[in-house]
Amino acid sequence: MKTFNYHSAKDVKEASKLASSNSAFLAGGMTTIPSMKLGLASYKDIIDIKRIKKLTGIKVSGKTVTIGATTKHSEVASSKDVKKAIPSLAALAEGIGDPQVRNRGTIGGSIANNDPAADYPSACIALNATIHTNNRSIDAEKFFRGMFETCLKSTEVIEAIEFSIPEKSSYQKLPNPASRYAIIGVYVAKHKTGINVGVTGAKSCVYNDKDLAGALTKNFSSSAIDGVKISSSGMNSDIHASSDYRANMVKAFAKKAVDAC
Amino acid sequence: MASLVGSRVERKEDKRFLTGKGRYTSDINIANQTYAIFIRSPHARAKIKKVDTSKALKSSGVVDILTGEHIAQDKIGGLIAGWAIRSEDGSEMKCPANPPLAKDSVNFVGDPVAVVFAETLDEARAAAELVKVDYKVLKAVSNLGEAMKSEAIHDGIDKNLCYDWLLGDRQKVKDAFDKADKIIKLDIVNNRLIPNAMEPRACVIDYNTASEEITCYTTSQNPHLSRLIMSAFGGVAPENKLRVVAPDVGGGFGSKINLYNEEIVCSWASKKIERPIKWVAERTESFLTDTHGRDHITHAELAVTNDGKFLGFKNETIANLGAYARVFGTVTPTYLFGPCATGVYIMPAAYSNVKAVYTNTAPVDAYRGAGRPEATYTIERIVDKAAMELGMDPIEIRMKNFPTEFPFKQTLVHQIDSGDYVAGLNKAKEMADYDGFAARKKESESKGKLRGIGVTSYFEACGIAPSPVVMMLGCGVGLWESAEVRFNPTGQVTVYTGSHSHGQSHQTTFAQIAADELGVPIENIDVVHGDTDKGTFGMGTYGSRSLTVGGIAIVNACKKIVNKGKRIAAKMLEASPDEVDFKNGEFVVAKSNKKKTIGEVAFASYLPGVRDEVKSPLPEGDEPGLIESSFFDPANFSFPAGSHICEVEIDPETGHVKLDKYTAVDDFGTIVNPLIVEGQVHGGLAQGIGQALYENAQYDDSGQLITASYMDYTMPRADDLPDFNLGFTCTKATTNPLGVKGCGEAGTIAATPTVMNAVINALGGKEISLPATAEKVWKACKEMKKSNAKAA
Repeated sequence: MKTFNYHSAKDVKEASKLASSNSAFLAGGMTTIPSMKLGLASYKDIIDIKRIKKLTGIKVSGKTVTIGATTKHSEVASSKDVKKAIPSLAALAEGIGDPQVRNRGTIGGSIANNDPAADYPSACIALNATIHTNNRSIDAEKFFRGMFETCLKSTEVIEAIEFSIPEKSSYQKLPNPASRYAIIGVYVAKHKTGINVGVTGAKSCVYNDKDLAGALTKNFSSSAIDGVKISSSGMNSDIHASSDYRANMVKAFAKKAVDAC
Repeated sequence: MASLVGSRVERKEDKRFLTGKGRYTSDINIANQTYAIFIRSPHARAKIKKVDTSKALKSSGVVDILTGEHIAQDKIGGLIAGWAIRSEDGSEMKCPANPPLAKDSVNFVGDPVAVVFAETLDEARAAAELVKVDYKVLKAVSNLGEAMKSEAIHDGIDKNLCYDWLLGDRQKVKDAFDKADKIIKLDIVNNRLIPNAMEPRACVIDYNTASEEITCYTTSQNPHLSRLIMSAFGGVAPENKLRVVAPDVGGGFGSKINLYNEEIVCSWASKKIERPIKWVAERTESFLTDTHGRDHITHAELAVTNDGKFLGFKNETIANLGAYARVFGTVTPTYLFGPCATGVYIMPAAYSNVKAVYTNTAPVDAYRGAGRPEATYTIERIVDKAAMELGMDPIEIRMKNFPTEFPFKQTLVHQIDSGDYVAGLNKAKEMADYDGFAARKKESESKGKLRGIGVTSYFEACGIAPSPVVMMLGCGVGLWESAEVRFNPTGQVTVYTGSHSHGQSHQTTFAQIAADELGVPIENIDVVHGDTDKGTFGMGTYGSRSLTVGGIAIVNACKKIVNKGKRIAAKMLEASPDEVDFKNGEFVVAKSNKKKTIGEVAFASYLPGVRDEVKSPLPEGDEPGLIESSFFDPANFSFPAGSHICEVEIDPETGHVKLDKYTAVDDFGTIVNPLIVEGQVHGGLAQGIGQALYENAQYDDSGQLITASYMDYTMPRADDLPDFNLGFTCTKATTNPLGVKGCGEAGTIAATPTVMNAVINALGGKEISLPATAEKVWKACKEMKKSNAKAA
């Protein structure tokens, strides 16, 4: 690991001020630290945001669930409020990585990293999330840009993620048997305003599958999905799953998700 | 005193392991130690044009940098194959030189080229990045199937062929096949696995400039053997100036049998730089350079009659040795594989032909089961295929071909002393509720799922010994085991064993045995292993040999103690030794109440005289002290056997295989500690299931290992496994006084074919290759649906 300057920011303002194009914010460190240890990433400054109280915690209002950026997966998984308001979101958190990861990793870190196989981005898409940063509020559909890429600026700090509470929802994933990341994960959510199908793992970036959403808008049942054609073009292909298998699994897991709603 | 052999004594090791107090090699630090980082080839095959260390040598904290040139200058020898195998035509096997640091060419990704020693690990890492190696990259031979048609990777080794070996009689097999009603054919790939011991390899070397002795702390399954090879073949130091210590070792599974490059290099270098050295593998290094396992391509044929009797068997295998032949590399696909090819069956004629080839991949060597899982997989898969093609039940066809009388002369080599295969399979059938399978299958189908059942019956030849046999087969050493039992004057006992425990719980099992033999409380017995300066000698632990060979050496040493104790007790009690009986730790004169405890006798043996109340003159001809040693070399291998049955449920929509039920019935002869044996079976099953459903080491065409991390190499996890339903039958081994057979490898041997037979049964007989990953199974389900639709 290359040497770096460590800063523990006392508030968001300080964190943002310390940040540059050669820095990283540190919360759970579940990706940042292994990347640095393996020599895949190096930074001049590491800005620890774990001690900023404002960034952690869960709030439920009538229509939304707002989760602070440094809230751990285990806290979301075990939150009675989340379980009551959006049970599928708590279940998603319960299925991330392993207990060690869930006890360290944070929701803000997960979405800022935007790993193409991460679970949370699909929740953001499906649950019409708004990502609140220190200087703006961003719709999830605009937030995720591409593989490991978001619209965040280097000095921008995610403060919280606000999810809309759906009428019903379910997240179903086919875990990579080795890493337990999603080979594909499908998050189906039915809102008063419409249906979203957030798909992760399948392509280079999470997306809202409009074809599946369209079919489900007409008829919210797994049989409605049978008629949808899902192309394997643009889908990821690796030693664990070909693009053809992934395309078929998007459909299979979308059906499972609808059945579980 | 109740016998401890057979009881569930809790593991003496657990307290320190579960509280983080284990002392592993990387826990050892020596004042003034330097840190080693190896520079490894990023290419699968290349010529080394130049190694430039000039810039790196100037880097901060660097103590020295050594290369293959230095190794050659100091005439340090290379790594060796421990068994000499001859080809069918009588020619000797061909092995390339394998210097500890490559000088002229590299032959797999990870092959070490140079080593940096620095004051800190970070400095060593930084300097390693500055070592410039100029390679001429050559086309790698990474595909086993193509290896014999590819360019030779080692000079003088045509077709990359180490040997073309035959066991059995081709003509007899031809005659048998001519008489057959049906020939069942099967082509299979036994996929490559990475052993993945939890503790990565490591070594810490301390050179004593005063005594000129090198101490090498290392992660080894057999420290004495490492010392022997390092001294006799490496020329690092004479054996009396070399101490090898393998402290707590976190799993080996065969991958730590070998002496590796790093131990030779660091031991040699520590003397050269006159500094202690510490090296600990990173996980990626473990993936790349630990010896791998399996990796066979096999074509098998089974000749049968229409009523399911076996007439003959052919096994044509190409085995991958990787880049170099290592200690058990050449014997694993021959004598550990070939003889077991006919399984537990009466097979009138058979042969095994194995072509072992070199490729530009990590060396392949023993991995839990070593050859016997590959053999069992082949025969058990083809027997199931035969049952299917003949329309027979898998249990029926097995029962029909089992031997029922023991000793049983197995077709190719072994004389199996004891067993009852019928009883084992019947018990498994009952425990697995085999007859209830049809109903469970129907229930699965009602949920849209497929259900399959798989059966395997196996035997294995383990407890690797006896020396006269293994040496005749090509082994470079004798495979006996030694033990020494020391009574301290104050009554505690220290047992020194040449076996090595790296998860096997010898401290418990061996203490149980000694406690029974000596009548001493188990708390007063310590088992010491893993240090060439302590105890006599040892051939180490692999091939399920610790209890059946090492354990018996302890029994025999204890018997010597008791014999000497009888003479001393007789003298003390003024009786003749013939009149003295030993029972429950007491020497008793027949028909009297005169007795001495073994503790009193031990004490007396150290006080050979008469003074005041001490009255213990030694019998004439006996020396003081109560210490005895024994070397045990059994008359034969041990032959555990068993039958396993499992059920899988498959989701045809996703291809996910759920292992629903697993029943294992094993015959390990006498069981010393059921708790530990069950643990061994559980672990073995997990690894066998791992091969069937998850694990797969893959190289790409250029010879890069593409499964070099846990992100891509799938290990089985606890939540992948059902509760195992274990049962035991017992026919005692006749070749050792305890009647024990080996248990360490059985689970791995039986589980892979059991699971695959179940998966293929669920798929209506459709062949599928190892491992049965979700995508492969999903595709098979899709094809099955198509052909069913056509048939309808």
